Amino acid sequence: MSGSASASEPLRRFLQVARGAGLRVSAAEGIDAARAVKMIGYADREILKDSLGLILAKTPEEKSAYHEAFELYFKRDDIGGNPDQDQDQDDSPQGDGPNQSNPGSQAQGGEGMGGSGGQTLGQMLEQEDRASLATAMEQAAREAGIENIRFFTQKNLYARRILDRMGLRQVERDIEALRQTGTPEGLGRAQFLEGRVDQLRDSVRDFVERNLILFAKGETEKFREELLKSARLSNLERRDLDRMRVLVRQMAKKLAARYAKTRRRRLRGQLDIRRTMRRNMGWGGIPFITVWKQKRIEKPRVMVLCDVSGSVAAMSQFLLMFLYALNEALSDIRSFAFAGSLIEVSEILEKEPVEQAITRIMETIGFGSSNFGNSFADFEDGWMQHVTNKTTIIILGDARGNRTDPRTDIVARMSQRAKRIIWLNPEYKSAWGTGDSDMYRYAPFCNLVTVCNTLRHLERAITDILEDAV
Amino acid sequence: MNDVLPAWQSPLESIDAVDQGLTAAGYIANRQITTAIYMAHHLQKPILVEGPAGVGKTELAKSVAAWMKLPLIRMQCYEGLDESKALYEWKYGKQLLYTQILKDKISSVIGESDNLATSLNKLHAFGDIFFSKQFLEPRPLLRALEEPGGAVLLIDEIDKSDQEFEAFLLEILSDFQVTIPEIGTVGAIVPPIVLLTSNSTRDLGDALKRRCLHLHIGFPDEKLEAKIIASRVPGIDASLLRQLVSFVQQLRALDLKKVPSVSETIDWAKVLVLLHTSVLSVDLVRDTLNVLLKFEADIEAANKQIAGLTHKARSDAGLAA
Repeated sequence: MSGSASASEPLRRFLQVARGAGLRVSAAEGIDAARAVKMIGYADREILKDSLGLILAKTPEEKSAYHEAFELYFKRDDIGGNPDQDQDQDDSPQGDGPNQSNPGSQAQGGEGMGGSGGQTLGQMLEQEDRASLATAMEQAAREAGIENIRFFTQKNLYARRILDRMGLRQVERDIEALRQTGTPEGLGRAQFLEGRVDQLRDSVRDFVERNLILFAKGETEKFREELLKSARLSNLERRDLDRMRVLVRQMAKKLAARYAKTRRRRLRGQLDIRRTMRRNMGWGGIPFITVWKQKRIEKPRVMVLCDVSGSVAAMSQFLLMFLYALNEALSDIRSFAFAGSLIEVSEILEKEPVEQAITRIMETIGFGSSNFGNSFADFEDGWMQHVTNKTTIIILGDARGNRTDPRTDIVARMSQRAKRIIWLNPEYKSAWGTGDSDMYRYAPFCNLVTVCNTLRHLERAITDILEDAV
Repeated sequence: MNDVLPAWQSPLESIDAVDQGLTAAGYIANRQITTAIYMAHHLQKPILVEGPAGVGKTELAKSVAAWMKLPLIRMQCYEGLDESKALYEWKYGKQLLYTQILKDKISSVIGESDNLATSLNKLHAFGDIFFSKQFLEPRPLLRALEEPGGAVLLIDEIDKSDQEFEAFLLEILSDFQVTIPEIGTVGAIVPPIVLLTSNSTRDLGDALKRRCLHLHIGFPDEKLEAKIIASRVPGIDASLLRQLVSFVQQLRALDLKKVPSVSETIDWAKVLVLLHTSVLSVDLVRDTLNVLLKFEADIEAANKQIAGLTHKARSDAGLAA
């Protein structure tokens, strides 16, 4: 069917809500959802929920987010007394026109509420016709473009717009007129209506609030994530930890996926004659199968030395977190943590869940005052023989050794053995070399020294490392 | 959908019809599953089925095939699976044999040409006979596309395959066609019903997920599990059924390395029927626990709680303890 691709209005808005709730709904999935809705309609909410769930939510986390969004969105409709009918009408291309002849509810937008045979807002208020009121509110909200609401500061603006469209001005004028009459009956009615208008205001404000949650959640989340990525790691607060953890994992996964791909690449057009002959020996040397020359791509061999001393404690949490994620991603990585001395932590990172691993490392060795010289000596004793000319050594630390011997001689030997040494320093460049910082003493032996104090820096640095290794 | 539906597709006209059909094939499904099958057919999309081992992911494909009387083509994924094993392969042996046999005929084809250029031209005119369909060995994916009456294609444990293979599947999953360089693009005669299963040992790519409906099958609740067992183990005593389902459900709540799956519950039910059991007793459960639990540590952990669980199971079934 050709016309099946156009999403109907309620669905389109639901997709927006779903995206806000964190589902990644692509355009293709949106089209599928529209086709599904066309097939099964809105009548059976359960079936609708199952069907859209199949199309839109693709992981357990997404399923639960979807569940929440669906309930929130379609619950909201249910107030409208007769939602199915309302929804189905919206399926028709011009369903939103002002003269929509909806037998159940004749709510209309704009100021011209007066004639046209329907109920005015005043009548609805007087008769306490909740169903019609809700439908009118829904309609007015749609016209006011409620789905564009993004910030809580816009709440009053949208509430006002909705009320205007429902015809509040007319009612206010009526109330004023009733007051003018001065009769006890008129005053009574005016008071009664005023009470109702107040109620209406409250419920509209409520309604706008719910829509704000519905439509704006995703935006704010995205905004917050962007901020987090470029915030200094040491400035992050506790409450951001969870979100950070998710971000770190995403980042590490992305890097891993990019570099876990084929390690060999065919060199097109260069026949490997020797191996072709051997491969085709079974057919008397007639080359049925051609074997091409291949280039082997080296896997990065990485050793990471991570400073966990008191001076960088706030930072090292995240470094370890990233290390953990990287450990999942790369197979050939050995991790070390040091403060006063150095230990290997590869095993802890490998065997324990992230939180426990980090706490254990911090407990074992963290928070002391750092002694770079001593730690490097430990490294030379224990692991220097594993450093080969294919190893990349990454050192994460501020190079502040509390005026102990920096032992640059060991770093020199490391740089001779290793393919390269990369030093990531969380301090700004202007602070290097001040006080007890030995950064400039180490720098000559490092292939790269760079500032690294946000997640974005970290990602860039690691990408460079992996890219060069390939 | 205005498409002309082949005759076999009529059983899929409503969700209830799917439910009845699957029940008739011996598969008791919940509404999510039936909805998924219904949608998969009408939207012509593959279903990606995820869930713990032994909840009936593979069985679902078998039952759909049995119910619709379509051939089931199964492709088991594993690390290193490539297109020559999944899609097609040239029959090297046959090609070789034919060239040998036809060696003598070559002079008649080339004729009396005396120079290389004319004989080559004559050969070219002959066409690529050795790279035609006769020399193609279809593997599961190609077979599923070429099945004239449609088929159920089960791509089992896709999470075990490599990422490259996943990318390779995209063409067949979105358009039901594959491209063979020497021949061209082969499209499906009747789009097969495709089910992919995954135990989530690794995260599948977004591109793959986007092309599929995503169905998550979890462990069934007590009522559904009882129905499943009753359908799979006919003749089981109703009271025993209630007891054993209640027992298994409790067992799943324990902290075990591998919780018993539905298939293991079915096995256990069969064992109990074989032993002419009518009431669960602690000793009996202890002796047969290895049907349900497959790890020594799990059996040990459960052993301590057997008495309590059995008691609860009996009282759930309305028996005095």
